[in-house]
Amino acid sequence: MNVLNLFRIALIALQRNKLRAFLTMLGIIIGVAAVIAMVAIGQGSKQSIHDQLSNMGSNMITILPASNLTGGARIDASSLQTLTIDDINALQRKAEYLSAISPVSSTKGQSINGALNWPTSMQGVAPEYFDIRKLVLKDGILFSDNDVKAAAKVCVLGQTVVSNLFPNGEDPIGKVIRFNRIPFTVIGVLVAKGESAFGQDQDDIIVAPYTTVQKRILATIYFQNIVASSTSEETSDAATTEINDILRTTHRLKAADENDFSVRTMAELISTLSSTSQLLTVLLTAIAGISLVIGGIGIMNIMYVSVTERTKEIGLRMSIGARGIDILLQFLIEAIVISVTGGLIGILLGVTVSVLINVLLSWPTLISESSIILSFLVCAITGVFFGYYPAQKASRLDPIEALRYE
Amino acid sequence: MSKKILELHELKREFHMGTEIVRALKGVTFDVFAGEFVTIMGSSGSGKTTLLNTLGCLDKPTSGSYLLDGVNVGQQSRNELALLRNRKIGFVFQAYNLLARTTALENVELPLLYNPDIKHHDRREKAIKALEAVKLGDRLDHLPNQLSGGQQQRVAIARALVNEPVMILADEATGNLDTRTSYEIMALMQELNQTQGKTIVFVTHEPDIAAFSSRTIMLKDGRVVKDAKNENVRNAKEALAALPVAEDY
Repeated sequence: MNVLNLFRIALIALQRNKLRAFLTMLGIIIGVAAVIAMVAIGQGSKQSIHDQLSNMGSNMITILPASNLTGGARIDASSLQTLTIDDINALQRKAEYLSAISPVSSTKGQSINGALNWPTSMQGVAPEYFDIRKLVLKDGILFSDNDVKAAAKVCVLGQTVVSNLFPNGEDPIGKVIRFNRIPFTVIGVLVAKGESAFGQDQDDIIVAPYTTVQKRILATIYFQNIVASSTSEETSDAATTEINDILRTTHRLKAADENDFSVRTMAELISTLSSTSQLLTVLLTAIAGISLVIGGIGIMNIMYVSVTERTKEIGLRMSIGARGIDILLQFLIEAIVISVTGGLIGILLGVTVSVLINVLLSWPTLISESSIILSFLVCAITGVFFGYYPAQKASRLDPIEALRYE
Repeated sequence: MSKKILELHELKREFHMGTEIVRALKGVTFDVFAGEFVTIMGSSGSGKTTLLNTLGCLDKPTSGSYLLDGVNVGQQSRNELALLRNRKIGFVFQAYNLLARTTALENVELPLLYNPDIKHHDRREKAIKALEAVKLGDRLDHLPNQLSGGQQQRVAIARALVNEPVMILADEATGNLDTRTSYEIMALMQELNQTQGKTIVFVTHEPDIAAFSSRTIMLKDGRVVKDAKNENVRNAKEALAALPVAEDY
C-alpha cells in the first residue's frame, strides 16, 4: 500500500465531511492560537520589565546601610548611619569591578520658583550618578567635581519639576529656584525618563552635589545609600563580593559580625521580577496547553464517532482488499491532517491575535519561535496520540460484521 | 477441461455461541471452473451466507479445504486474505455499498487504490474502462444519490471488475431491484460471463434469477442438496424484451 494513496483516501474522506472536519479542527485551532498568544503576552511583559529595568541601569548596584544590631529597636534603613565618604574613597581605590561610584544623600522638600511651588525630592550625588542611573542631559551642563568640593548651590532638574516650576515654557537654565528655602541655580535639565517599572515618576527629581545636600540641608556626614556601576551586567556578582570585602574592612567588622550594610544589584531585581512574569507565562501556557489537550480529545471523540458511523464503509474497504494497517493508517492520517491543518491555522491566528493585542491594546507582546514550534509539534503529536486508538478500533473490525452493520 | 477456480472439499464452519456449537456448514464439496456462471441457492439458515463469506475470503473454514485459484485460503493470514480479496475477487452486494458523496469514478477506483501495482494514470483509465463496460461511460462524475438503483448496482459491478478478478462474487445482487432492473443486471452478468469469460458466483434465493445461470447449487442445512447444470439457460435479454413495456401509466 503506498502512503500517497492513503493520503488521497484520507483527504477524500475529510472532504466529504468538511463541516465536521472544520469543527474538530476548531478545538486545535483555538488551542494553538491560545498557546501562541498567551506565550506572546507573557514573553512580552517579561521583555518589557527587563527593558524598563535596563533603562534604570542594568549594571547598577545599590549599597544600603543596615543595622547590625539584633536586639533593641530597629531603625529605618534610610536613617541608619553607616555609610560615609571613607567608604566611597575605599571603593574608588580598591574596587576593580566597579566603573563608577556615587554616594546618594537625598531629602524631600518643597521647591519654589517665585509664586510656583512643587513638592519633590533632591538627590545629592556625585557627577558619576548621571552615568550610573543613565540620566541624560537635555539642556545646560552637569555639575562638576569642583562644584562637589565647593558644595556649590547648583542643581539639575527633572522634567516633572521643570513643568511644574516653569509651566510657561521659559528656559530654566540660569534661573534661581529655592529648595527648602536655600537658593539653587539651575544649570541643567534632564531628558524625560517616564515611569519606572514600579510606577514611580523618574523625572520628579532635582539633582545636586551631595556635599551641598549633606552640608547645607541635612547637616550630616552619612549617606543614605551608595550607587555604583559594575563594569558589565555579568560582573555584578563579582562586584558584589568585592564591595562586601572592602566595606567590611573599612567598617572594621570582625569575622563574626554581620554586615552593617547590604548590597543589591539590579541583576537580582531583574531576575526576581522576571521570575514573576515567568510564572505568568507558565500559568498562561498551562491554561492554553489544557485547551490544546481538550482539542485533542475533541479529535479523538470525532474519530470514534466517525469510525462507528463509517463501519459499513470500513467493511466495504476491507472486502475490496484493504488490510487492517491500511484502515489504521487512513484514520490516523485523517486525524493527523485535521490536527496539523488546525495547527497551521492556529499558528496564523495566534500570530494575528498577538499582533492585534499589541496594536489595539498596546500590550507588549513577543511572539517566540519556540512557542510556535512547540505548539505545532504538540498538535501533531496530539493527532497521532488521539487518532491512534480510534484508528486501531477501525482496523480491528471484522469485515463480515462491519459489512452487515446498519 | 478448463481451469478450476474454486475447489471446496469437505468444507466445515462452526460457530461458538456461548456453550453451544452452531454448525453452519457441515461439509460442502464442489468445484467451480473458469467461465462458469454458478448460482448458489438456499433458504434462510441454509448456510448460504457463511458459504459466501468463506468464498469471499472474509472468513476461514473450521476444517476442510478451500482453494481459490490454487491458493489454500484456510492457511492465509489476515493480510494475505485482504490481498486475495483485492486481486482475485470482485464483490457485488445487495445494498450496492457505494461510498456516499463520492463520484462513480472514484468509487470504481477504490479497489485500485489498495493495489500498489497500479500507477496513478492507469487507475483512472481502468476505472473509466470498467464503467464503460457496464454502460455508464457517461455517468463518471455522478454521485450515488444521482443514480438509480440499477445504475448504482452497475457502478458496483464496475468496481468488482476493475481489478480484473478471477471471480465475481455477487450477494443477492438483485435483491433491492425491481424485476426489469434485475433482468438488466442479469443481462449484464450474462454478457460479462459469455463475452469476457468472467467466472461468476451468484448467491440468491430467487429461482427466477437462478434460471439465468449455467449451474445451480442448492444448499440446505449446511449441505449441498442439489448441484446441477442448467439445461435451458434463460437469456436475460430476451426475458427483458418479453416484459410488458408499458407497465407505467
